[in-house]
Amino acid sequence: MGDNNRTNYGIVNAKPIADRDAPISTTGFIGWLRENLFSSVGNSILTIIGLLFIAYTVPSILNWTLFDAVWSGGADACRENPHAACWTFAGSWWEFFLYGFYDRTQRWRIDLVLWVLYVGVAFVVVDDDVRKTRPTSTILGFFIAIVSMVFMSLMIQHGAPVMWTMAATLITVGLVIWAWGLPNGRSRLGLLLLFAYPVLVFFMLGGGVLGLSKIATSDWGGFSLTLVIAITGIVASLPIGILLALGRRSDMPVLRLVSTLFIEFWRGVPLITVLFMANFMLPLFAPEGANIDQLLRALIGVALFSSAYMAEVVRGGLQAISKGQYEGAMSLGLSYWKMMGLIVMPQALKIVIPGIVNTFIGLFKDTTLVLIIGLLDFLSSVQTASTNPDWSIRSVPYSGYIFVAFIFWLHCYGMARYSQHLEDKLNTGHKR
Amino acid sequence: MNENTQKIDSIKLEISDEVVIRIQDMNKWYGAFHVLKNINLEVNRGERIVVCGPSGSGKSTMIRCINRLEEHQEGHIYVDDIELTGNLKHIDAIRREVGMVFQHFNLFPHLTVLDNCTLAPIWVKKMSKKEAEEIGMQYLERVKIPEQALKYPGQLSGGQQQRVAIARSLCMSPKIMLFDEPTSALDPEMIKEVLDTMISLAEEGMTMICVTHEMGFAKTVANRVIFMDGGAIIEQNEPNNFFDHPQHERTKLFLSQILAH
Repeated sequence: MGDNNRTNYGIVNAKPIADRDAPISTTGFIGWLRENLFSSVGNSILTIIGLLFIAYTVPSILNWTLFDAVWSGGADACRENPHAACWTFAGSWWEFFLYGFYDRTQRWRIDLVLWVLYVGVAFVVVDDDVRKTRPTSTILGFFIAIVSMVFMSLMIQHGAPVMWTMAATLITVGLVIWAWGLPNGRSRLGLLLLFAYPVLVFFMLGGGVLGLSKIATSDWGGFSLTLVIAITGIVASLPIGILLALGRRSDMPVLRLVSTLFIEFWRGVPLITVLFMANFMLPLFAPEGANIDQLLRALIGVALFSSAYMAEVVRGGLQAISKGQYEGAMSLGLSYWKMMGLIVMPQALKIVIPGIVNTFIGLFKDTTLVLIIGLLDFLSSVQTASTNPDWSIRSVPYSGYIFVAFIFWLHCYGMARYSQHLEDKLNTGHKR
Repeated sequence: MNENTQKIDSIKLEISDEVVIRIQDMNKWYGAFHVLKNINLEVNRGERIVVCGPSGSGKSTMIRCINRLEEHQEGHIYVDDIELTGNLKHIDAIRREVGMVFQHFNLFPHLTVLDNCTLAPIWVKKMSKKEAEEIGMQYLERVKIPEQALKYPGQLSGGQQQRVAIARSLCMSPKIMLFDEPTSALDPEMIKEVLDTMISLAEEGMTMICVTHEMGFAKTVANRVIFMDGGAIIEQNEPNNFFDHPQHERTKLFLSQILAH
């Protein structure tokens, strides 16, 4: 201040320093190459080996799966060209892959259910605010129109009564139009579907109401069966898992013990064992004459099994919520359930979205295990078809497995993308 | 501090005879550890009490017993003549009367500032959304951040977050406010804005119990200062006497430590 001897130390940078462009070597394509592929001698060698490997394998993979593959014709076309994929196998058998042994004259009932599913999911995954913007609304509209046309024509092709086709159109289109205009249309339709959809599937597929013929679950099969098992597991596991996780963290010792035992039991046994027990051992203990449906037993097994996994995922999220959040909620007078439902769960579930979706994806793929108790799921329907003598061609089983893998991948990747989107959207905590 | 000194006169308000909090022979243990020893305290409506003491002296624990964030094992606590027991109805009733502001704000990060304020009025008081939002905005204006209403807590500075936390409590129109070291987690520049908010609350006659190390606040706003050590209330007095003529050796030592610099 008044110390004149030291004024030399006082430096004031009055002028701001303008930004300059970074050196060429750190930006642009060259900079990218340098940094990512050729940053050292070792990395350069690895890059070259990698490129050679790609050059060696990718063309033959593409040739086998796409360019040389058989896209049309019947089994004979594949027999003539056994060294490439036989996609006409999937083309000829797709009805079996989708419907299994479901009554041919009633397959429109599955079409109806799938129609609602795909339109509903497409609608629900698009955010309300994004839906109203131009390109998205057009794309979504087109998608819904195309899906609707495909399934409507399938329904007609499968001999659906006119009344049912019209009802399905009205329900699907009506729901979308209803939800489109609502402020929270997405979540309202989502909630409605979550609770109403399993009921719809149960009555449409099983029949016995509204003049629909009864169809035994042993006739269900193919991808539609896979979806039934997966959706049941998904819809049941989240709420049961949340309750189990809360139970395991409860202050009440008995509740905590029961939840812990339940979780550790189901987590500790392989799903195959669960399915075997449900299928072969349960009937031994059941009273004479009591006949629980085979599919139902498998569904319960899958649901309880995945609930135990879900409980642990949710518990991980609960543990990440600080004590302060509970105290903040309690100090405002919120009851236990309101505190959990409004404050703790929304945050905990958000944190564990990757884990939840991971469990869903795992569950979706694990449904293929039901083939060991003789249920004809998607994978086993493809296997069954590939043992058909007319199709005993070298390339058929491979093509079949790739087809199964592709369909599974489409659905699982869809779930993964949606979970990523949810994470981004819900990330409010650190947004600045 | 000058600004605050001017305010003292205006807030040496009348304190009513009505007792709103009565703590009788309260004892609390964490496991085998005796954290609160024979606490006796009566608070009248309109009182502004500052609780101070070294860390671990039980000051936070004591005020957290008042809205049952901590459970006491012996003795009685009455808030507005309702006894605090295991009875959930009583706990709910008391939590409606008692607002609390925390050191780390404890705002709900997944909700906007306004939603933070309206949540309890809507879900606990069953207010309509519109009414709750009006009240929410009113209190956000009181703490001078109505323009932040639609932001998320993570987008605000610490001082702003703490003011939101105060507004959130006020939305439940509590009769008593508890402050648990409300400025301890703040940058020095932000302490004043929070203290100013608390001072204006005091001016309106709110009954307040503040655990704080802000001795300036204690001197100007409090009508009573309580000193705790080792889980017991060692000394209490009106601020002038407390700071100028501390009686107990422990109080003298504490004051010399914190006022030394």
